[in-house]
Amino acid sequence: MNENETVIVTQDLTRRFGEFTAVDHVSFSIQAGEVVGYLGPNGSGKTTTIRMLLGLLLPSEGSASVLGYDIVKQSEAIRANVGYMSQKFALYHDLTVLENLAFYAGVYGVTDTKRLDEVLDQVGLRMQQHERVAELSSGWRQRLALGTAIVHQPRLLFLDEPTSGVDPLARRAFWDLIYNLVDSGVTALVTTHYMDEAEYCGRVGIMRAGQLLAIDSPSALKINAMPGKAWDVYSQPLLPALAALEKFPAVLRTALAGDHLRVITQPETEAEAIQQFLLSQGIQEVRLEAVQPSLEDVFLSLAAFRN
Amino acid sequence: MTAELLIQADKLQKNFGKLAAIQQLSLHVSAGEIYGLVGPDGAGKTTTLRLLCGALLPDAGKATICQYDVNHQTEQARAQIGYLPQRFSLYEDLTVMENLRFFAEVRGLPTAEWYPHCLKTLEFVGLAEFSGRLAGHLSGGMKQKLGLAAALVHRPRTLLLDEPTTGVDPVTRQDFWQLIIHLVGEEGVAVLISTPYMDEAARCQRVGFLRNGQLLAEGTPSELRFRLDDRILELRGAPLPLLRSICQADQDVEDSQMFGDLIHLRVRPGTIPQVMQRLQQHIPTQGAQLTTLRPSAPQLEDVFIAFLQPDPTPNQPAGEANHE
Repeated sequence: MNENETVIVTQDLTRRFGEFTAVDHVSFSIQAGEVVGYLGPNGSGKTTTIRMLLGLLLPSEGSASVLGYDIVKQSEAIRANVGYMSQKFALYHDLTVLENLAFYAGVYGVTDTKRLDEVLDQVGLRMQQHERVAELSSGWRQRLALGTAIVHQPRLLFLDEPTSGVDPLARRAFWDLIYNLVDSGVTALVTTHYMDEAEYCGRVGIMRAGQLLAIDSPSALKINAMPGKAWDVYSQPLLPALAALEKFPAVLRTALAGDHLRVITQPETEAEAIQQFLLSQGIQEVRLEAVQPSLEDVFLSLAAFRN
Repeated sequence: MTAELLIQADKLQKNFGKLAAIQQLSLHVSAGEIYGLVGPDGAGKTTTLRLLCGALLPDAGKATICQYDVNHQTEQARAQIGYLPQRFSLYEDLTVMENLRFFAEVRGLPTAEWYPHCLKTLEFVGLAEFSGRLAGHLSGGMKQKLGLAAALVHRPRTLLLDEPTTGVDPVTRQDFWQLIIHLVGEEGVAVLISTPYMDEAARCQRVGFLRNGQLLAEGTPSELRFRLDDRILELRGAPLPLLRSICQADQDVEDSQMFGDLIHLRVRPGTIPQVMQRLQQHIPTQGAQLTTLRPSAPQLEDVFIAFLQPDPTPNQPAGEANHE
């Protein structure tokens, strides 16, 4: 497979529902072998974008192609070549692991039984193949859901919040499977609203109200996309300082961060100004540190800035 | 200043058949404090919260809320508990206000008092303008806020929240946390919150790591992170899978994790200089390219993984500890 192949390209992709613009002139492209996160709150247009890319919904304006197929004219070819894993796994609880895989193989017209063995190995479920889904832990179910999405050897995987609600250890075991698939040439587009999940992606696009606000690597987003400055504020006790900071006009956002506060200010704000304001509010003994923002800081600030 | 202990678990023990779900668990949360309980699926987070709110009886040990023994002074204790279970049930065909009224009456608020209380609580969670909407027509985040309102309507001094933001988007999550902070800051409520998210745990004043029903460690997020000081390296370059396997072959690398465009390594104590030197030598000779290699501040996620990994052999399927 050509490393430089463009797997998804969208140009001004737009979808309106009556007066409401769910997806608003979104343009991006994804190369083969990338893992791209599509991050946004509920209702930001993530799912509408994916449905258009799968050819399930026609765009109102703009165009897109997936694996070289046009989303309007060749949507069947797209669906035959992509895998989709939903956060609500469509598994049959009364059937065994192997029976579930065989069922999906049938749906996709995969007749080679060796492929089922391969999938069992790829998702690490060989030992569990005869267990009923109802008896599996959530971590194993998640793997099986991935197995059913890759049984027809898709070159592109759509993953919808694949690890929502699981602990870091299970999440990272699952991501290792994704990275293995990607290593073998698969491309993955992950929709999520969890920062923990987005951090695993090579690039992350941030959606808000139908618009793609930024798309870049998590590290670059933290450096370039932040419309403000991030600070750690240490003060004892903490909560009066929090209340005071909320009154400071240059403060865009404050949050508790364990034993300190995370504060986002307008970009031109200086440490002395914050310190002096706190003093004027009767808060003494404050320590301020300029810090690198987290992905969540970037996301929440971008979202707030545009409103 | 010593704050009053409002939530106390004293050597709690709970068995389900042969399974010791909770073993000798002790913790306490003071007025004005947020304590985060983190752990993998099946670690006992929900069971702990249910023992503390009196929904389950312990086999041994004691749960105390505001100095009342949950199992012997149940009424007094319950009056001070706001419990938001993971699966919170609303009456979908009742309005927001009708739902809240129901919870207020269950909580024994007299008829003359329920209305002002409910109104105030709805204002607090930001649902006042939706009080006439059917609960079934609320978004996920609004349902969660109504759940919080129901837990708060009798103005308890303690809050037990079981994964309250699972499935809630980041903007709503932020709102939800602001509400909690105000309760803690202004009313001195004690909050015990369970969560699978490390970014959320990092917001708590203290965090406890739970595994197999046992509290493995607790402390402030900084104290916990400090345990892995000088143990984490951050590495960038290409191709990442090859870089990772080179790192895994190093004798002092205990663990490696890919995050998008970088790799985190956990190394044995005191070996950072040696590991850095070896990697800088080996990587170019094995056909990979190294652009950045530097010590990095440990994240709570690094600490969590270090605690929960039963044995530091890489490539072993993880996260299924409760399946055996």
